[in-house]
Amino acid sequence: MCYLYVELQSVISIPPRLIHRGQASVYDTGCVMATPRADDWSWFPALALGVSFLKCILINAYHSTDFEVHRNWLAITHSLPVSKWYHENTSEWTLDYPPLFAWFEYSLSHVAQHFDKEMLVVQNLIYTSPATILFQRLSVIVTDIVFIYAVKECCRSVREEKGSKDLLGHPFFILAALLLWNFGLLIVDHIHFQYNGFLFGILLLSVARHLQGRHLEGALLFTVLLNLKHIYLYIAPAYGIFLLRSYCFTKDNTDGSVRWSSFSPVRLVALGSIVISVGALSFGPFIAMGQLPQVLSRLFPFKRGLCHAYWAPNVWALYNMVDKALSVIWCRPRGARGFLRCLVVCALGSFMFGWHVHEKAILMAILPFSILAVESREDAGIFLMLTTTGHYSLFPLLFTAAELPIKVLLMLLFTLYSFTSLKKLFRGSLLNPLETTYLLGLVAVEILCEVVYPLSPWQHTLPFVPLLVTSVYCSLGVSYSFIRLYVSLLRQHGTDKHKQL
Amino acid sequence: MENWSLVSICVLFGLTARWAVSLNSYSGAGKPPMFGDYEAQRHWQEVTYNLPVHEWYFNTTDNNLNYWGLDYPPLTAYHSLLCAHVAKLINPDWVELHASRGHESYGHKLFMRATVLVADLLIYIPAVVLYSFYLSEGSNKKKVCTVLCILLYPGLILIDYGHFQYNSISLGLALWGVVVLGLGWDVLGSLAFVLSLNYKQMELYHSLPFFCYLLGKCFKQGLAGRGLFLLVKIAVTVLVTFALCWLPFLSDPGQILQVVHRLFPVGRGLFEDKVANTWCSLNVLIKIKTILSTDTQLYFSLTTTLLAILPSSIKLLMKPTLWQFKLALVNSSLAFFLFSFQVHEKSILLPALPVCLLLNDLPLPAIWFLQASTFSMLPLFLKDGLLVPYVVTSLAFLFFSIYLLSAFEHCSEDKLRLGPYRRLLICMPRMDLGRVTKWKFYFSITAMAGLSFMSVALAPPDQLPDLFPLLVSVFSYLHFLGLLLYFNIVQIAEPLQSVRKNQKKSN
Repeated sequence: MCYLYVELQSVISIPPRLIHRGQASVYDTGCVMATPRADDWSWFPALALGVSFLKCILINAYHSTDFEVHRNWLAITHSLPVSKWYHENTSEWTLDYPPLFAWFEYSLSHVAQHFDKEMLVVQNLIYTSPATILFQRLSVIVTDIVFIYAVKECCRSVREEKGSKDLLGHPFFILAALLLWNFGLLIVDHIHFQYNGFLFGILLLSVARHLQGRHLEGALLFTVLLNLKHIYLYIAPAYGIFLLRSYCFTKDNTDGSVRWSSFSPVRLVALGSIVISVGALSFGPFIAMGQLPQVLSRLFPFKRGLCHAYWAPNVWALYNMVDKALSVIWCRPRGARGFLRCLVVCALGSFMFGWHVHEKAILMAILPFSILAVESREDAGIFLMLTTTGHYSLFPLLFTAAELPIKVLLMLLFTLYSFTSLKKLFRGSLLNPLETTYLLGLVAVEILCEVVYPLSPWQHTLPFVPLLVTSVYCSLGVSYSFIRLYVSLLRQHGTDKHKQL
Repeated sequence: MENWSLVSICVLFGLTARWAVSLNSYSGAGKPPMFGDYEAQRHWQEVTYNLPVHEWYFNTTDNNLNYWGLDYPPLTAYHSLLCAHVAKLINPDWVELHASRGHESYGHKLFMRATVLVADLLIYIPAVVLYSFYLSEGSNKKKVCTVLCILLYPGLILIDYGHFQYNSISLGLALWGVVVLGLGWDVLGSLAFVLSLNYKQMELYHSLPFFCYLLGKCFKQGLAGRGLFLLVKIAVTVLVTFALCWLPFLSDPGQILQVVHRLFPVGRGLFEDKVANTWCSLNVLIKIKTILSTDTQLYFSLTTTLLAILPSSIKLLMKPTLWQFKLALVNSSLAFFLFSFQVHEKSILLPALPVCLLLNDLPLPAIWFLQASTFSMLPLFLKDGLLVPYVVTSLAFLFFSIYLLSAFEHCSEDKLRLGPYRRLLICMPRMDLGRVTKWKFYFSITAMAGLSFMSVALAPPDQLPDLFPLLVSVFSYLHFLGLLLYFNIVQIAEPLQSVRKNQKKSN
């Protein structure tokens, strides 16, 4: 009876308490924040659950047209046969993600029908019943479980220094907080409305697998990700070169250069078969129906925003940047961490120079970069700069007055936490005075754009000025971070230190 | 990480939760002709801005007291006047006499919600931070956790930022009174409390403990010398503060009488609607509202209230320590809630505040009470369309407070001070009362969840349309009664002279 009770206790108790070895009693008096044991991960579900509650309370906040986009896709995939998915255009928000995402929406729609059948009718444009809002919001919150799992895996792969530290000072705790409570992800996914948590979860899981040496799984995850959202094509070269160089060539020469004789065709075939099979699963049905050109035209709408004058210098700059970055991991691979650095540079470079870039794409650089930020002092400095300006640049996404306090409060919360935790971790200031002044200038920009300018006479004649000021000011910070990151990548290429794979 | 950054993060998180709740609906939204508390507050801004002071509490052609007449003391009126001046700067339509009646707009809602946030930020939140850091025990991390848990109490968030009220001002001022008294500045403490009383007359629920604590301190210092001096200082402070708050009304005794008449509407009966107190619950079995006359009801409730608060007050008078003071605040306000006249369900916030102060010391009973208090207001939240915030804030509060304050670890008989229960139940077989309490807690929370679900998902039978609100209020009543007994026992069982090894809670 007593044994059963103890078992029941450990099941029901919130959260699962680790029973100290050697003591039979479950009534241990220990404050959770005091001396944590290295394997006591009870804080992780607490962090994850805490942010989930925050997401739930934002259910009734403003949502953008992306909400209607996804509702429309639920309707299309549920109500129409597969052959019509990429031809349907009743709504202006046509399906323009790869087929795997369409299948994802299809599976969501089966749950959606229990909330409100009307949302699945294609003709019900801009349908926002309370049940619809509840379902869509909950679907984002629930699919974030992929992100939460990925963060856990990344935290396990983080290097840390020995020596007892209080829980809040451990790199893995800081990384978990920076990722789970990332400001950009919160406002883009849970207010503006998108499924980035789910997608970035797959990306981070893939990165974690590479850090753990499980390259085939990492490749599989990335291929799946590519077939969910094709914007990740920007970082595909980093994956390709890394896998080719560090996975297909099993050994290096003593000086780190490639040993051609160690090429493993088996591994190359394994990678190739993964890519082809996932691609087949995703695009197969559409190739069979002869709809491949239609699907590709939806995915790559070059008619949208084509501007000849900017085409050539864009591609050239992009090509140049990518070429240089890839040569780094080809010539002197630094293992999985070098790959991660290259990935971040590619992501940020594509943000700087890419085609039809949304401001949300900054998250593709910020999130993976968090892993490097908790391991190196220099990276932490660049991270703070990039994150603060990148997150601030997302402010125009939430332009409603009611959401203004939320975005300001959450921004302050995240910025305060990132600065104080990284400063404590690396013991000392991470930014020079010029950088600090620039970041403080963001406050002035915010006051100017949200308070001063709307009250001025030019609000009606030149309404785009706040957006212009925000974009230009933030671009300075983002460009600066990009240059520093690029330089750090090249500097590692220049020095002759070897890191383990 | 340093304390200031951790506390700032907690405060920012608390503010975010508050504003997120405020994005939802408010009391009486879109429900003409009377609307709700939101319209009442807006109307008071209109009245105080446009009419002269001597007309605020009177029924005139410009001021129809039947349409949300002012029924709070003068400080509320002055606060409304201040808000009205700001409103006039932004959009004069919001406080236009007569024309602005029933005004509802996106901008106006933002403005009103902002006034609540500003008041909270200036008054309630600093008091909570100061209390946790100066008057509660434990490591710095524990103090930060206390700040977070108090700030996440769902009842106050949902009523102030959902339903729409300004409880954070009156409760905040009362909390300032407690903090300042705890730090030893008696005169300032009594000043803060008098201000709180002049904001909402319901603070009378807290007045007896303040009185007994200060009187007890005077006795302890000896009525012959310093004690008498202290007593005189406090009395003068109280009188002067009252005079200053009521200054515009002092010229005419008729004014004072009318205001008092508005503050204490004895004509309205023993209770209205469903409320989790004795009379409403008793009414289920015996229809006392119809059996007894209004006067008898008044005397009956007065007597029972006095009897209920007597033990706690006397104990506090004999031993005026901070610990006793906190417990007496709980006991007094809870007794008033359960037995007093014309109690509204929102008055549960008055005992809830001092219970928040006990989160650090008796986590499990405090969490239990706070959750029950939120649950008791469920019918109100459903009426206001606040179901989602109710569910999310309740779950978040339960989770954070149980986890951060290690509630289940501090669950032994000794920690819960269940000694007297052990003595009372001497005839019962030997059982672990701490474990029993934990299981009762689990059962209670499950039952609350179940009742909440049923209130939303099921339709009541036709013969009993008020079934679910009634079940909610009776269930909550039983909790409050049990917890009143528990907190009284904890307060009274404490020995008058603190024993050295049990030194934990003496001042």
